[in-house]
Amino acid sequence: MLISTGAWTRRNLPVILSTLSLLLGWEIVCRAFGIRPFLLPTPSAIWTAVVPVWPNIAMHTAVTLRTVMLGLLASIVVSLPLAMLIASSRTVSAAIYPMLVLTQSVPKVALAPILLVALGANEFSRVIITFLVAFFPLVVSSVAGLLATPPELVELGRTCRATRVQELLRIRLPYALPFVFGGLRVAAALCVVGAVVAEFVGADSGLGYLIQTSMAFFRTPVAFGAVVILAIMGIALFQLVEITERLIVPWSSNLDNNFNEEK
Amino acid sequence: MISLARVGKTFKTRRGGHVQALDDVTISVGADEFVAIVGASGCGKSTLLRMVAGLVQPDIGHLTLDGKVVTQATEGTAMVFQAPTLLPWMNVERNVTFPLSLSGRDVPEARERGRALLRAAGLAGFEQRMPRELSGGMQQRVAICRGLVQKPRILLMDEPFGALDALTREEMSLALLELWQANPMAVIFVTHSISEAVLLADRVIVMSPRPGRVAEIVEVDLPRPRSFDQEASAEFHRCSKLIRDRIYGGGSRAH
Repeated sequence: MLISTGAWTRRNLPVILSTLSLLLGWEIVCRAFGIRPFLLPTPSAIWTAVVPVWPNIAMHTAVTLRTVMLGLLASIVVSLPLAMLIASSRTVSAAIYPMLVLTQSVPKVALAPILLVALGANEFSRVIITFLVAFFPLVVSSVAGLLATPPELVELGRTCRATRVQELLRIRLPYALPFVFGGLRVAAALCVVGAVVAEFVGADSGLGYLIQTSMAFFRTPVAFGAVVILAIMGIALFQLVEITERLIVPWSSNLDNNFNEEK
Repeated sequence: MISLARVGKTFKTRRGGHVQALDDVTISVGADEFVAIVGASGCGKSTLLRMVAGLVQPDIGHLTLDGKVVTQATEGTAMVFQAPTLLPWMNVERNVTFPLSLSGRDVPEARERGRALLRAAGLAGFEQRMPRELSGGMQQRVAICRGLVQKPRILLMDEPFGALDALTREEMSLALLELWQANPMAVIFVTHSISEAVLLADRVIVMSPRPGRVAEIVEVDLPRPRSFDQEASAEFHRCSKLIRDRIYGGGSRAH
C-alpha cells in the first residue's frame, strides 16, 4: 500500500482541481451578483466565521461524531445477526422481512420527534434514530451476500459434514463479507443523516443543533461551516470503511484492480 | 463396501415435469477398488456420485456403505468436484485442511500431512499462496489434496480433470494413480473420457442416458502400475471399443 507522492498526486489531481474550481466559482458568483451573506455566504466568509469559534465547533463535531459512530456500531451489531437469521431460515425470513420493510416505509424523520418524546431527549434516543435510518441497507446487502454463496461451496461444506452453524459462519459469512462492506458504505453515509435529523429534533449540542441555532440568528456562515464539516465526516467514514475492507477482505474482487496495479 | 441395489431417482423440473435421473441401478464397489463411471451427459452419473456422498437421497432402492443406509455425508467419504471450489479467503494450506478444521481435527500432524500431500502434488512452495494466484490445474490439485487429507476410505471424484487441458489431465491422472497406490481406498471416478476411464480403473461402469441405467460393466485387465504406454495394448483397445459401442448404442458410426 505504499504509494509514491507522485502517484498520489496523479490519482487525486482531478478531484483537487474540481473542488478548487467549485470553491472559486462559488466565491466569484457570490461577489459578482452581490448575494447577501445570510442567504449564501462566500467560502471565504465561511472560513472567517468558523475560525474564531473553532473550539466550539470542534466540540459540536465530537458530539455528532460520537452519535454517528454509536449508531453505526448499533447497525452492525443488529444487522449481521439479523441477516444471518433471515438467510438461514425461510420461515424466519417470511416473518421478519415484512416488518423490516415496514420500518423502512415509515419516514424516520417523522418518527424522530415521537421517539424523542417517548425515549427522552438524550443521546440514547439520538443513537436509536441514527440506527433506524442506517441499518436497513446493511441488512439487505448482508442477506444478499449470504444467499449469493455459490452452491458448490455449500455442497463442499455438506460433504465435509459441516453443521448448519459452521456452514453459516465458516462458509457463507466470509463469502458475504464484500457484500456486507457494500452495505456498510451506504450505512455510514446514512448514519450522518440520521444523527443530524435527531439533533434537529432534540439536542443541546452537535452539528445539527449548531446549524439550527445559527440559522435562528441568521449566522448563515457558521451553519454552512457545519454543513461542510458534516460532508467531510461522511467522506472520512466512507474511506474508513474502504480501508477496513482492504484489511479484512483482501480477496474481494472489488479490490482486484488495485491489487494488480500494485503488484 | 459401497452397495447400490435397484436405486432410482426422479427430479422435478421447474415447469412441473419429471426427469428420471437414475433407474434400477445396481452397483457394488469394493474396499480398495478403483471404479470409473462413463456415459453421455444426462446419464445420471453425477447424481449417482452425489448420492454416495449423501447430498441426494434415492427415491427407491437401497444405498448402503458397509451395510449402513446413507442419509447424509458419511465420515471417511471425501468428494472432489469438477471445479476446484476452493475458499477464496484462505491460503492453499488452510484450504487443504479446511475439512479437518470443521471437525476439530486440524492438529499439527494433520497439517503436516496436508503439506506432504501438497509436495506430492507438486505444490511445494505454494502453501501460503491464495487460490486466485494459482492456475486452474494447480487449484484442482489443491482440491484433490483437500480430499485426500481426510484419509478417506471412499474418494468420490466428479469429472475432477474436466476443466483441465489435455496435458495437465494426463499428468494428473498418473499422479492420482500413484497417490491411490500409496494409500489404497475405494474410488468412484466420474468422467466422460473413455481413455481416462480405462487407464485409471479396475472396472468401468458404462451408463446410458434418460433414464440413467447401467448399460455395461467392463473389467479392465491391465497390469498396474499403469502408464500411457498401455494405450497401445490390445486390452486397452478391447475395453475402449466395448465402452464406445455401449455409449453409442452398438453401431460403430464414428471411426
